[in-house]
Amino acid sequence: MTSLVLFYLAGALALGGAVGVVGTRNVVHAALFLLVSLMGVAGIFLLVFAEFLALVQVLLYGGAIIIVVLFALMLTRLQDFGGSMENRQWPIAALAALGLFFVIAFALARSRGSEETERLGPGVQELGRSLFTQWAIPFEVASVLLLVALIGAIVIARAGGRE
Amino acid sequence: MTARDIALIILQLTVLVTGLITVVLSLTWLERKALGRLQRRMGPMVVGPHGLLQPAADALKLLVKEDLVPALADKLLFWLAPMVVFVPSFVVWVTIPLAGEVVVRNMDLGLFFIVAFSVLAIVGMVMAGWGSANKYAILGGLRAAAQLISYEIPIIMAVIAVIMLPQSMNLVTIVDDQRTIPYAVLQPLGLAIFLLAGVAEVGRTPFDIYFAESEVMGGPFIEYSGAHWAVFFLSEYINTFTIAVLVVLLFLGGWSFPLMPESAWLGFLWVVVKAYLVVFVIFWFRGTFPRLRIDQLMSVGWKILIPLSFVNFGLTAFYKFYELPWWALTVSSLAITVAAGYGLYRRWTWPARATAEERLARARAYRRAEVTDAG
Repeated sequence: MTSLVLFYLAGALALGGAVGVVGTRNVVHAALFLLVSLMGVAGIFLLVFAEFLALVQVLLYGGAIIIVVLFALMLTRLQDFGGSMENRQWPIAALAALGLFFVIAFALARSRGSEETERLGPGVQELGRSLFTQWAIPFEVASVLLLVALIGAIVIARAGGRE
Repeated sequence: MTARDIALIILQLTVLVTGLITVVLSLTWLERKALGRLQRRMGPMVVGPHGLLQPAADALKLLVKEDLVPALADKLLFWLAPMVVFVPSFVVWVTIPLAGEVVVRNMDLGLFFIVAFSVLAIVGMVMAGWGSANKYAILGGLRAAAQLISYEIPIIMAVIAVIMLPQSMNLVTIVDDQRTIPYAVLQPLGLAIFLLAGVAEVGRTPFDIYFAESEVMGGPFIEYSGAHWAVFFLSEYINTFTIAVLVVLLFLGGWSFPLMPESAWLGFLWVVVKAYLVVFVIFWFRGTFPRLRIDQLMSVGWKILIPLSFVNFGLTAFYKFYELPWWALTVSSLAITVAAGYGLYRRWTWPARATAEERLARARAYRRAEVTDAG
């Protein structure tokens, strides 16, 4: 019963935050609504006994991504964003959102629902072991991708400085 | 969950809040006394014997002070920011044990929980900076974001090196594993990194760049007054104490002490005594070192602490993987700490040794490099 109430609370946070992100005209508020939404998702992770994922969500999204977004926003002026709320890419965005919706709906429809949540997922040690043995190559590919992004950002920043 | 459980949780949290506020009041008094002694003054002496009632008088003054809100401020963010800063600094205490069983909830992921939630406070700083509609506040908020995420990396790397030793993130397990050898002996480098980065993370002198009075006049907190400012103040002191307690738990052996009988009360006392000693060291820093410049702050973080934290991590991994004797880690870690410390000392005291011509030559070379780089 308690977990059901908490689940609806976390879900409301996630959904309400998401609506806030697209609804508000103030970009800084949108970034903070995004944080609320992501924390709601962390709450849902917690309710399905994925403590590690929940904490990663808090650390990475709350700690790193939102702060970098806010940092970038604070370096710009708010009035610069006046016209950025509407642009011509909305049909593509709508298509992508609809596609994602169908993927998730399909996955949910096929999953075997269970009445009660129970601990099924691995603990931290099993997670780490499988990440570095069974899934070592995808893991390394992801880190190379991040490295490429990092180097790319530095190159772009330096090229901008020269002019 | 029965009514009894809920009552127990409420009781535990009340004890926690009361304890933390008492600690903060004692810390403000201690800081002023310690700084006074370091500067050959007496510190507060007027209110109560040796100024003991000064914190109470200060708290009362702050609470009755008028709470001003700037007309152009983003009201919601302005009101929320102190809470967003305060809540994480309080929430992490749910899982910090002060003796074997003296803890609200001992979690298996306790250390990770502390790291993850303490990061959220940065958002509050940025909210305060942006919401105040003040240029100094925005500058301070930007500085806070840059400084705090930079120093988060060495802290996390030092914590990872610690959790490799007992192979657990449970703080009770970590302390129990130090019963024979505290990790300060195994990883002096880790202790140095964690303490320095921790002081930077709570923004105390010499790392108080983001609210430096002489530069940004209080930074994100410039427009705050009264009770709201008091909340920021409270969380700063709670965070200082948290860092001190974490140093004690992760490196100084927590509640275990050789040649002492095991008991919960004695252990609790030990942790508190050790934590106050670490806090004293942090106050001592404040009385000794001048504030860094912001570029110096960033280079200390990125060019010194982060590489050293990776070295610390690598050393610990070697030690664990090849199952070396414990003194191998101690000796190598100590050697690197001493070498890095001596190198930094030589570098930072260079202006005092150099002649006027040498200093001038270096300044010219620096200027030329800057000009050619820009052109």
